[in-house]
Amino acid sequence: MAATDPTEGRRPGEVPPRLETRGLSVDFGRKHALDDVSLAVRAGEIIALLGDSGCGKSTLLRAVAGLEQPSGGLVLLDGQAMSARVPPEERGVGLMFQDYALFPHLTVMQNVRFGLHRLRAAEADAVAKARLEQVGLADRASSYPGSLSGGESQRVALARALAPGPRVLLLDEPFSNLDRRNRDRVRADTISVLRATGATALLVTHDPEEALLVSDRIVLMRDGRIVQIGTGADLYQRPVSRFAANFFGDLITFPSRCTNRAAATPLGVFPAPGIASGVRVAACVRPEAILLSDAEAGHPARVIRRRFLGPVAELTLVADGFTEPFRLTVSEETAVEEGDRVGLTLAKGAVLVFPVELD
Amino acid sequence: MTAAVELARSQTAIGSEAAPRAAPRLRAAPVAWTAGALALAALILSPVVSLALTAADGTSEVWPHLLAHVLPQAMVTTALLVSGVGLLVVMLGVGSAWLVSAYAFKGRRLLEIGLLLPLAVPTYIVAFAYLDLLHPIGPIQSTLRELLGVARPKDLLLPEIRSLPGCILLLGFVLYPYVYLPTRALFLMQAGTLIEAARILARSPTAVFFHVALPLARPAIALGTSLALMETLNDIGAAEFLGVRTLTVQVYATWINRSDLPGAAQIALVMLAMVLLLLAAERWGRRGRGYAGTAQRQRGMARHRLSGASAMAALCLGLVPIAIGFLIPAAYLVHSAIARVTRLGFPRGVIAEAGNTLLYAGLATLLAAACGFLVAAGPRLVARRFGQGLVRIAALGYALPGAILAIGLLGPLALADASLSRITTALFGVAPAIIGVGAGGALVIAYLVRFLAVGVGACEAGLAKVPGSLGEAGRMLGRGPVGTLMRVHLPMTWPALLSGALLVFVDCVKELPATLLLRPLNVETLATHLYGEALRGTYEDGAVAGLLIVAVGLIPVALLMRLGAAERGPRGG
Repeated sequence: MAATDPTEGRRPGEVPPRLETRGLSVDFGRKHALDDVSLAVRAGEIIALLGDSGCGKSTLLRAVAGLEQPSGGLVLLDGQAMSARVPPEERGVGLMFQDYALFPHLTVMQNVRFGLHRLRAAEADAVAKARLEQVGLADRASSYPGSLSGGESQRVALARALAPGPRVLLLDEPFSNLDRRNRDRVRADTISVLRATGATALLVTHDPEEALLVSDRIVLMRDGRIVQIGTGADLYQRPVSRFAANFFGDLITFPSRCTNRAAATPLGVFPAPGIASGVRVAACVRPEAILLSDAEAGHPARVIRRRFLGPVAELTLVADGFTEPFRLTVSEETAVEEGDRVGLTLAKGAVLVFPVELD
Repeated sequence: MTAAVELARSQTAIGSEAAPRAAPRLRAAPVAWTAGALALAALILSPVVSLALTAADGTSEVWPHLLAHVLPQAMVTTALLVSGVGLLVVMLGVGSAWLVSAYAFKGRRLLEIGLLLPLAVPTYIVAFAYLDLLHPIGPIQSTLRELLGVARPKDLLLPEIRSLPGCILLLGFVLYPYVYLPTRALFLMQAGTLIEAARILARSPTAVFFHVALPLARPAIALGTSLALMETLNDIGAAEFLGVRTLTVQVYATWINRSDLPGAAQIALVMLAMVLLLLAAERWGRRGRGYAGTAQRQRGMARHRLSGASAMAALCLGLVPIAIGFLIPAAYLVHSAIARVTRLGFPRGVIAEAGNTLLYAGLATLLAAACGFLVAAGPRLVARRFGQGLVRIAALGYALPGAILAIGLLGPLALADASLSRITTALFGVAPAIIGVGAGGALVIAYLVRFLAVGVGACEAGLAKVPGSLGEAGRMLGRGPVGTLMRVHLPMTWPALLSGALLVFVDCVKELPATLLLRPLNVETLATHLYGEALRGTYEDGAVAGLLIVAVGLIPVALLMRLGAAERGPRGG
């Protein structure tokens, strides 16, 4: 445990972030579940922790909660260092569990009141009632969790986690147990409750679309490390690696080698800023950045299959210099048929060049 | 009923509870827990240590005598008894389990639960009943003589029940449910599909039994047999009534009749070695495969339908162990008790004895349930591995036969009494007239040590069913480890805790050897009363007490039946 001064590197009078981790590491045996993670969350911000399963996002959540013991680094809440000795119940952090973890032997009301034991009874009742009303479940106060639907359970869990007024609310895959039809509505409701209460939230998800929908900023993680932190637009338009780019959509990749800070592809030569000559690179294009034009105008290609998908059509194309056919989604009105020759043109800045990673 | 513990423990999956990997902070509660758990562990380990010290204290004159005249004979007798009972319980237990699992016939469901009934009859009661029933002038021999037209008892010589084979037979017929229970559960839950597969591969039912079912059931058979044999080693009443000089009987005789405590301790140590051997044999028997009574519902095997004469034969075959192990002794007890009550009224002593039984068993039950919950909760309060180590130790007591436990506890208890007396003398100037040991404290502690495993096992099984996230949720909502334990885990563990307490109570009521050795002077419980009447040959007077014990013993059997009727099989706590 590094004995660093929590105020280090901050000007006097500056407000510390609501939540900060510095070089946080968690080991499971010999495996590094979390490796040197540094992160700062401002009050009122909603942050999505995004990554595949096993990337360490849940471990980060649990380390902040105090449920996992870090092997190194610091967790700070409002600039106050939470050493491993500060137990979960003394951190003022709320956690909403993936399985909701509602106490089956207590009513909905008693569940929400559970964390309000430091208040007087009347006060606790009032707070719990207000929270239940906020999530629209005041009428189910005396029900037991066993009789609730999935969406209702989710809302009770949210109300219970918010009731004690935590400094940071942690949400572990909060929507993954809901079916598709419910999910969008519950997600919108949850976010509006979070915004209304001004909660600072850290939300774990493996769904990039969900991360884009709910969060102010996204923390993309891989193998226990942070890959990139930024807004959704940052991550989509300026991904730092092919992994980051690939996380938000399909890529058509051309292997190449960097010459004169540029990479040559069948579609042309594209700038590769900051990459030394001779380095093997991957030039990546998102299919949605490819536009169809007349056969004479662009890079020659041929449509080999067309599929009807309602408002859109999916084309499968082969193009000169491409190693594999690729798929393109176009408006259903687009007048091309199987066998047609077309030209491909690229939107400006559509090609991202990355050094080839060891993945 | 230690089978329940073992079975419950085997079902306790490695808990998913996220107990902190390291105790977050040395707080008051974990410190108190650790101190209490260490004291409890010391209490449980003390009999063995004390036994070794007492045995080492032996005078040189006694040991040669024991070595020459007592030990070899007692060891051979005990070895023969254990082997005989082992063989019989495997045959009866596996055979009956196969009968009700593989075949369908009229009355099968009745057999399925009826086969558990002998669990309610302690070994000393079955011996007590048959001793009177099979007496030369008892009802069975008299009827036989009448039927055959023989006038005098000595003209019709039947095999004597007061013998080693008689003892093996009687113990086998009351202890086989320990094998029947886990084996049937295994046939029901795990082996079903495999056995069906073998059937489809066109093997005959007999071949399937020997080549598939029996090898599959090996872990369950090993577990059940070891428990049955543990009971055999524990038994003092049946062996004594039937004149079989086992090690247990010799421990008792050496202590009480010869007043030779070191000698008794030495024999007890030899017994302890046998217990260890038994435990090792059980491990070996289960090697390679844990007996996992998964809660997962699996389809049992399709039963081979029997009809007509073969169905009748199957039913009769299944009824034999029930009749010998339960129906006949129970009918005898009912009959004798009614005869006694109608002729001489309700025996006066029995009410007081029932009161004593209730008092000591009740106290021990409260202690065992409370300690059981605290021990089982340990891994959630302190560092996980440390807590689990203490859970293991706390469960060791069940392996100590009552007589060994009693001798082993004498030293530590005398020490405790002496210090208590010194303290009160220093504080108040008087030594208490009756202190712990004399007042029955010894008995309660012996029950606690012996049956704590039952309480721990039940609570562990109950706690394992509380999802880990619920405990974490309690912590995240601002409750400490103790608050979470009391407000989340305890309410959710109530049913398991209650059923565990019930089992402890019944075990205490049935317990004979430790009760015999540690009860306060002039205090009789139902079990010791029955023992005394049996030694005096006044069977009718003991029948009322025996009936009460069997009635209490039926409670957990009823519990098992309710659970066992479902596909779940063995008790899950």
